[in-house]
Amino acid sequence: MKIAVLIKQVPDLVEGLEIDASGKALDQDSLRYIISEADDHALEQALLIRERTGASVDVFALDVGEARDSLTTALAKGAERVTLVAAGLEAAPGSHALAELFAGVLRPQNFDLILTGVRAIDDLDGSLGGLLAGLLELPYVGLIRKVETGPGGETAIVQKEFPGGFITELEVKLPAVLGIQSAEQPPRYVPVSRLRQVMKTAKIGEQAVEPPQAQPIAVERLFKPEEGAGASMLEGTPEELAKQIAGLLAERHLLKG
Amino acid sequence: MATLRTPPIPEVPGPLFPEIAGAPDKFRACLQCGVCSASCPMGEVMQFPPRKAVKLLLDGGIDQVVSSNTPWLCVSCHTCSARCPSGLPITDGLFPSLRAAVMATGKIPDPDLQKALQNTYQYGNPMGTSPKKRADWAKTAGVPVPIISQLRRPVEVLWIVECTPSFEARGQQISRLLARILTALGVDFAILGHEERCIGDCEWLAGEQGLFEMLIERNIETLNKYQFREILMTDPHSYRTLRNVYPSLGGNYRTKHYVEFLAERLAQLKPMLKKKLNVMATYHDSCCLGRKTSHYEEPRALLKALPGVKLAEMAQNRESALCCGGGGTTTYLDRYIQEQTKDRLADRRVQQAAATGAQILATACPFEPARFEDAVKLTGHEGKLAVRDIIELLAESMELV
Repeated sequence: MKIAVLIKQVPDLVEGLEIDASGKALDQDSLRYIISEADDHALEQALLIRERTGASVDVFALDVGEARDSLTTALAKGAERVTLVAAGLEAAPGSHALAELFAGVLRPQNFDLILTGVRAIDDLDGSLGGLLAGLLELPYVGLIRKVETGPGGETAIVQKEFPGGFITELEVKLPAVLGIQSAEQPPRYVPVSRLRQVMKTAKIGEQAVEPPQAQPIAVERLFKPEEGAGASMLEGTPEELAKQIAGLLAERHLLKG
Repeated sequence: MATLRTPPIPEVPGPLFPEIAGAPDKFRACLQCGVCSASCPMGEVMQFPPRKAVKLLLDGGIDQVVSSNTPWLCVSCHTCSARCPSGLPITDGLFPSLRAAVMATGKIPDPDLQKALQNTYQYGNPMGTSPKKRADWAKTAGVPVPIISQLRRPVEVLWIVECTPSFEARGQQISRLLARILTALGVDFAILGHEERCIGDCEWLAGEQGLFEMLIERNIETLNKYQFREILMTDPHSYRTLRNVYPSLGGNYRTKHYVEFLAERLAQLKPMLKKKLNVMATYHDSCCLGRKTSHYEEPRALLKALPGVKLAEMAQNRESALCCGGGGTTTYLDRYIQEQTKDRLADRRVQQAAATGAQILATACPFEPARFEDAVKLTGHEGKLAVRDIIELLAESMELV
């Protein structure tokens, strides 16, 4: 069985984000990138399947941000091959454009399973998985929290969460694309010594692709929400704040007894 | 006559760090006396207390220990190591190696610990806060807290504030008070600000050798850019690492914890201690200030200098002081430890403090106020026993609060 995992780097929210002079994008100088959380889970899920079935895991990342770092980490975690998809872009394009890029790369390679995070914090126009499945004419299921492969690798049994506390188990014919919400276990830890060792010897493949065509959706304005009226900020030491909050709740008859 | 043969010693993953270079051979000197297991505050709940763990190491059964609860229940109090008649590096050697073996499998028992290590790798602090925010606490210190890169001149004292005192609310308040005390004493000091990174102690004890080495390389590079006479530290764990471990890796600095630094200035401090506190206090020896670096008397001298403070001793004090339960990796393993034992060390320690009749449990380690205050509430001593850092008590008496 051959598994492909698609990962993307997104802005790290730990750093304060700034808007650039155009007013349409984040200021690249103040940015720091990390792997998109759901993509990290997609990689973990792929590694778990590999441990159970001996499948191979290929990881593809669009060459924006510090994508090489994420690919090196993927190698350190146990991926067989990693590939940087270079389209000469400064920032990740919308999901339609990204799906087209990845469809071109993946089509000739006949993967049995294509896993990606079900969403990323910088998705502009829907999530990647469904769009990619459409282009590749493969089945797609999103919001997945567990993947097991059926006998002979013909199908996958996946679990999907529904609101209201329900979980559904679905059988999906392979090949298929799956949008992972969370892996069966938290993404594994890579000791730094292993990471540093892999950094020295890492073989990161590179595949150049044409940049995407102009998209029908364009960002007009990026801005922080205007401060609304009616909110008052409490000030004081933690003890004073706690008293004020308790007082406000009592005033509104929200405290028992 | 039968020949006695020593069984082959399996590879301990490592040697991790200089202190345990050649560790497996060293452990042949084990007398199997059991002082370690009997001294261990977690020995009763460990599947393999230290003596048994060493026996299995020598008999080729270390795998059993690696997959047991033993590696993660050690609170790094260093009592076993301090008492071992053969001087074996149990806390700093055996246990980090056991944890490194678990970590190599990618299976860390609690996601909190994994997050702390990942954050330290990415941001240089376990909280996962932007390194740019490291000096934010200083904005409301009420006194200038210069950043050394902006001073562009040598300073007398470089203060390494460390992570908890930089980012956690109570720790930040203690940092502000120490800044005021230093200013009142006329100390020429500066901090590293956004350049500061975790000095490393938990990483070492966690068996994360690579991360520990990465931090040391980075910190030595930063420290060597600047000129200062000595380093002042707030956290006993990183203090012992910088003082005891950095020199063997090329970082030689004159390093002091604040209890030593302030005790040296006691003559100057005394006339400034104006306000009478009128309380009985008892002092908790933190493991790294006590058993690791033998600062037993300086904190007591500072407390005794406070007007109106009477000092009582807990049954377990100095070398035999009971750990707060938050050393090494255990700060991030509360949930895991709670599953294994209901008997929290912090609760036991607070009971000991309350038994002295003291109203104040005095500390000198930034991990302790939060840990002991929880324990005070859980053991029903709220309102009767207050947890105060020595800095807070000094600042109160100096009327700097």
